[in-house]
Amino acid sequence: MPGKTDKILEQVEQSRVWRSIFRSGRGTSTLHRALAIQQNVFLHLFSTKVRKRMLSVSSTWYLGTLTLGTFMILIITGVLLMLYYHPSVPQAYADMKDLQFVVSSGLFLRNLHRWSAQAMVFLVFAHMFKVFYRGAYRAPREFNWVIGVVLLLITLLLSYTGYLLPWDQLAYWAITVGSNLSKAVPLVGSKIHFLMLGGNQVNANALLRFYVLHCLILPLAALLFIAVHFWRIRKDGGLYVHQSEPKRAGAVDESTLVKEAK
Amino acid sequence: MSDPKDFVAGVDSDQRRSPQRVVFVTRRTSAQVKANYEEQVQTYPEVLFRVVLAIEILAIVLVGMALLFNAPLEGIADPTHTPNPAKAPWYFLGLQELLHYFPPVVAGVLVPTMLIVSLVIIPYFNINIEAAGLFLHHRRRRLQIFYVTAIGLLVFLVAFHVYVAAVPSLIVAIAMIVAANSSPQSKSASCRYLSKKPMAWWVMTWFLFELIVLTAVGTFFRGPGWSWVLPWRS
Repeated sequence: MPGKTDKILEQVEQSRVWRSIFRSGRGTSTLHRALAIQQNVFLHLFSTKVRKRMLSVSSTWYLGTLTLGTFMILIITGVLLMLYYHPSVPQAYADMKDLQFVVSSGLFLRNLHRWSAQAMVFLVFAHMFKVFYRGAYRAPREFNWVIGVVLLLITLLLSYTGYLLPWDQLAYWAITVGSNLSKAVPLVGSKIHFLMLGGNQVNANALLRFYVLHCLILPLAALLFIAVHFWRIRKDGGLYVHQSEPKRAGAVDESTLVKEAK
Repeated sequence: MSDPKDFVAGVDSDQRRSPQRVVFVTRRTSAQVKANYEEQVQTYPEVLFRVVLAIEILAIVLVGMALLFNAPLEGIADPTHTPNPAKAPWYFLGLQELLHYFPPVVAGVLVPTMLIVSLVIIPYFNINIEAAGLFLHHRRRRLQIFYVTAIGLLVFLVAFHVYVAAVPSLIVAIAMIVAANSSPQSKSASCRYLSKKPMAWWVMTWFLFELIVLTAVGTFFRGPGWSWVLPWRS
């Protein structure tokens, strides 16, 4: 009975409780739709209106959106994986085996987390190059590009710290190779190496440090910078439109304004 | 007020968009077109719908991958047994490839730092803000600088036996020579395309090319002792 459901929905949406949460209320007018964005703490990061030609796949390939998508999948699967994982030696490896053979859908969960992580690294790079080739980093969007570089580094660090957690040969030696590079830093190299690993080589301390970085510090940093990254799109005048991208019919050039003036 | 007024004034006629909009253009300056009126759509629901759709398609693809392919899991970590070769995650294999030729302080510290710094400063250098082709102005001087840089880089790479990085550099250099000998009026479409590319485009394309080649070589073509192997032979 759709009629009855509609009525109940309408009553709920007009109730005092609902209106106290979603202030804009019911309606499909432009104002209501604008308010739906403006009055939501997450959505208000975005502008209420977007240039129509930015919706086409070719202008952005939706790479930023897809990167956000991988990040959301990673948070969900990551939290679920945390329920089965102990960051200790050798329990960490045993937990991997449990995920594979004991936990229901455990293997699927780990696979999804792994492939999404690879996809995120790839998409972040792809997003960066797409933004560059469109020239979308130019003023006034310079600082958003810099935030993007920070997010690239956070993504790489997230992927790198996550790499150690299975505590298998692949993980151990990849991190050994990578962390040995930090020793090459002049003067403070061995100190950085020690600080990063909590020891002189990859061991249980390193696993715990990487776990805390991977599950707490880096995701929080990523969330913070993602929020600024999105908010800056709105503040810097919306998504960049390349001059070569075709104008829609009905677009009025501001140069006509000047001609009228003369 | 005997002075002639120093500007012309105009009024925007589009009442629906902006009720009253006045423009003053001072003499001896040209009005810059900074923005065009554009057709816009509401973020809710038009953009949000597409965003959700894109993420759902992505999720379906990734779930499909997770069902079909298993994440690798080797034996438990063993500090006494070093695999040969010990490889970093794939996105660092370009750096690991460089590590094979240069000391760690160069490949592991200097190169990444320079990369990050140059990425950060990209938007703050207003070189070629109008994005004119590299060789379309000051052709002679720019060609000289290009030849000195390109030959210097290639000699350096070959001297250190970094053929893996020298080959992409050579290909980009050849493309740049083609661009220098083309103009926007050239017959071939690809020549016209290349001739219009600014310096920033060339640098980034070179970087992207090197990144792909070095990463691919490190991932697929390196075996025990970082020796050259063919992936289909192993």
